Amino acid sequence: MARTPLNVNGNAVSVFVDDADTPLLYVLRDNLGLHGPRFGCGLGQCGACTVHIDGVAVRSCVMPLSAVQGKVVTLEGLGTKAGLHPLQRAFIEEQAVQCGYCINGMIMQSAALLTRTPKPTEDQIRQELVANLCRCGTHLRIVRAVKRAAGT
Amino acid sequence: MNVSVSRRSVLKASGLLVVAFSLVPRLTIANPGGATKPVTPDLVDSYLAIGRDGRITVYSGKVDLGTGLRTALTQIVAEELDVPLDQVTLIQGDTLLTPDQGPSFGSLSIQNGGAQLRQAAATARRALLERAAVKFNTDASTLSIRDGVIVDPNRRELALGDLLDGRMLSLELDQNAPLKSPADFKLVGKPVRRLDIPDKVTARFTFMQDFKRPGMLHGRVIRPSGLGATLLSYDESSIRGIPGIVKVVRIENFLGVVAKSEWSAIKAARTLSVKWSAWSGLPEQSQLWEHVRSTKILKDDVTSNRGDSQAALAAAPRKLAATYDFAIHTHGSIGPSCAVAEFEGGKLTCWSASQATHNLRKQLAAMLGVADESVRCIYVDGAGCYGRNGHEDAAGDAVLLARAVGQPVRVQWMRADEHGWDPKGPPTLLDLRAGLDAGGKISAWESELFIPNGIAGFVALVGADHAGLNSLGQLSPGGVINDLAIPYAIPNVKTTAHRLESTPFKPAWIRSPGRMQNSFANECFLDEIAAAIGADPLELRLQYLHDARGEELLERLATLSSWRQRPKPDRSGEIVTGLGLAYVKYELVRTYVGIVAEVQVDTKSGVVSAKRFYVAHDCGQIINPDGLRNQIEGNVVQTVSRVLKEEVKFDRSMVTSLDWGSYPILTFPEVPEVVMDLIDRPNEVPWGGGEPTAAVVPSAIANAVFDATGVRLRSVPFTPSKVKSALGRA
Repeated sequence: MARTPLNVNGNAVSVFVDDADTPLLYVLRDNLGLHGPRFGCGLGQCGACTVHIDGVAVRSCVMPLSAVQGKVVTLEGLGTKAGLHPLQRAFIEEQAVQCGYCINGMIMQSAALLTRTPKPTEDQIRQELVANLCRCGTHLRIVRAVKRAAGT
Repeated sequence: MNVSVSRRSVLKASGLLVVAFSLVPRLTIANPGGATKPVTPDLVDSYLAIGRDGRITVYSGKVDLGTGLRTALTQIVAEELDVPLDQVTLIQGDTLLTPDQGPSFGSLSIQNGGAQLRQAAATARRALLERAAVKFNTDASTLSIRDGVIVDPNRRELALGDLLDGRMLSLELDQNAPLKSPADFKLVGKPVRRLDIPDKVTARFTFMQDFKRPGMLHGRVIRPSGLGATLLSYDESSIRGIPGIVKVVRIENFLGVVAKSEWSAIKAARTLSVKWSAWSGLPEQSQLWEHVRSTKILKDDVTSNRGDSQAALAAAPRKLAATYDFAIHTHGSIGPSCAVAEFEGGKLTCWSASQATHNLRKQLAAMLGVADESVRCIYVDGAGCYGRNGHEDAAGDAVLLARAVGQPVRVQWMRADEHGWDPKGPPTLLDLRAGLDAGGKISAWESELFIPNGIAGFVALVGADHAGLNSLGQLSPGGVINDLAIPYAIPNVKTTAHRLESTPFKPAWIRSPGRMQNSFANECFLDEIAAAIGADPLELRLQYLHDARGEELLERLATLSSWRQRPKPDRSGEIVTGLGLAYVKYELVRTYVGIVAEVQVDTKSGVVSAKRFYVAHDCGQIINPDGLRNQIEGNVVQTVSRVLKEEVKFDRSMVTSLDWGSYPILTFPEVPEVVMDLIDRPNEVPWGGGEPTAAVVPSAIANAVFDATGVRLRSVPFTPSKVKSALGRA
């Protein structure tokens, strides 16, 4: 069983897995007990598993542990000790959740967008989230929440 | 269960509450899991417990499937008992603790489940005031409850927790216990924020998929290559190199692997060398509707019959006929089904996101050949659930694997399991005919629906079927004949459901089952009649609706959408737009919805885009208007997806649309705007809002496409190829 060092949510951790091809998603969920990234498809198609690596939104379900280079941030680590990330606050304000299973991906993907583009248009938000699937139909609220967080 | 029965008999025999108290341990919030808590639907204690600290625990058989039900039910109970919202905790769908209030389906969780909780709370409230009156030596009518504290005119106070001191209420639920006046509502009818959202946006929420047990192993099931294929052989040596394999489990055609780590279980399930028999019993997809039409009819259900439609149709100088079909759909939860099963002391506990834990308990008990009492099913919130999807099946898988290895097992379905093996919304075919008299009045209406036989009964568990075990399964498509009958006062009407012996895939109910497909045909066909006689679709409906509430709704819809001021469609361009209207009175007895769809059709590519929906909605009393808006938005968006994009694809052996690439759903850039007018009637009973809007979306889109193009779309989904083909024929 190989020891792999990782930086997750600002903490240096070591994980022990017997297969370096284990997708990051399972390492985060099963080895580190994080609940933010979620299994949705295992194919990189739905976005439920989205995390940040060095600020870039990636699909952790198709990212082998051996390929992870950089600092990993999950929904748990998005806010600061002082408080929630503006997107988290905005999702509460807009009540932008139905079941909430996809919401991890919605927030993580949008957070990456706001880092690159602090004042996105509605079209930019919708395009950014084109590969994040929601089955409950919460899209309109999610878009409103991202706009609220961006102050647009 | 036995305990509560004997307790009830003692109650009845003695008439003395104190006798009951001496027989059962005291229930406190700190110990809500006592086996003596009653769960029979006729006792207040089945639904409510009041702790010494004044906290109210609500035991709900109805569960929050992502709809906000938890919050709404909490509002209802807190309102009726006059306690603060944050003093109420809701326990859902635990067969040991919660009454069986029926599955959380059919837009009934507020309408039925909420009503029961409200009545239980009202019964408790009256009893609490009466008991306090004895203590205060005063009349109960002088007392009131404020923030969980009983107060009298002399400002004496008694907290609910102190009054009850941890005891049960020991009351029969009284259907006549007086309800609080809506004029006094502080919580119900208000857009109270959902209680679960803060935890869901900060990853503190425990979904079923996050749930763990000590010593838990991970299981995956290897499904047959064809629906009816049998397991010929498998080679365990093929997974020898994968670490942490605990066991390969075979029970007839059920084949699973259990491993210490989730990734090992996944790899093993993918790698295991397996030989299945060839099976190709499915019809050709291109021949699906011929297959449906030629399937043996077991019986006819005539859902409405007035006048003599046959004679009226024969006599009609002008006749219309059209056939509508609606594709097979998958549920497509974003989180595939998941369950954990654990045996201890010969008893099974199974955690799942089932919408019907009480039914699942019976199915698992049957599968294991044990008494229901040996099985406890506990609900844990999963990803959005829109009907009987794969949760129960994943539970069955977990139980079979846990039994085989003697340790707790978690089964997480993979995406292909979910798309391939969840029960499907069955293919639906409808023939409609109408007769018009010389004056252009509709004299006759006939419809024939081709739909699998059965009701919303037990749907067989996939794993049990493969293992050759009985899980009580029957053909159970749901209440699919609802809304075949029409809300319009046409003199001669006959609506007939031909109940089919079989359907290609194991069916079950998906949001607005049958009501959606039947309303699609009905409301499209009425639009065809309107066009044929040159009537406005709104005015025609108003003409035939003899229902004041429905008429008011349609007038509000007309105002909301500026229907009567809409421009005449310009069909000349390459990209054209149109408006379509539809209406439903859900199951003809409850929620009213009127909808106008605005669509854009690219006549070159055949792409239909839904731009905007106007929804007028009357579900009686609204518990939480923002929760209702959220549900209506969801109904519209999800149904637009189903209507424009979704269709299960299959070959002769198996589903082939096993991922989101082959079964695409609506994406953000395609999502329409939704404008709503909610009609609140605080003095009426609350009806459901989780489904009815979905029922009118397909027909509104089809009618809008006609408005834009002059072409009728009668086959869901409205894919570009179908649209282009229809336009070519126009």
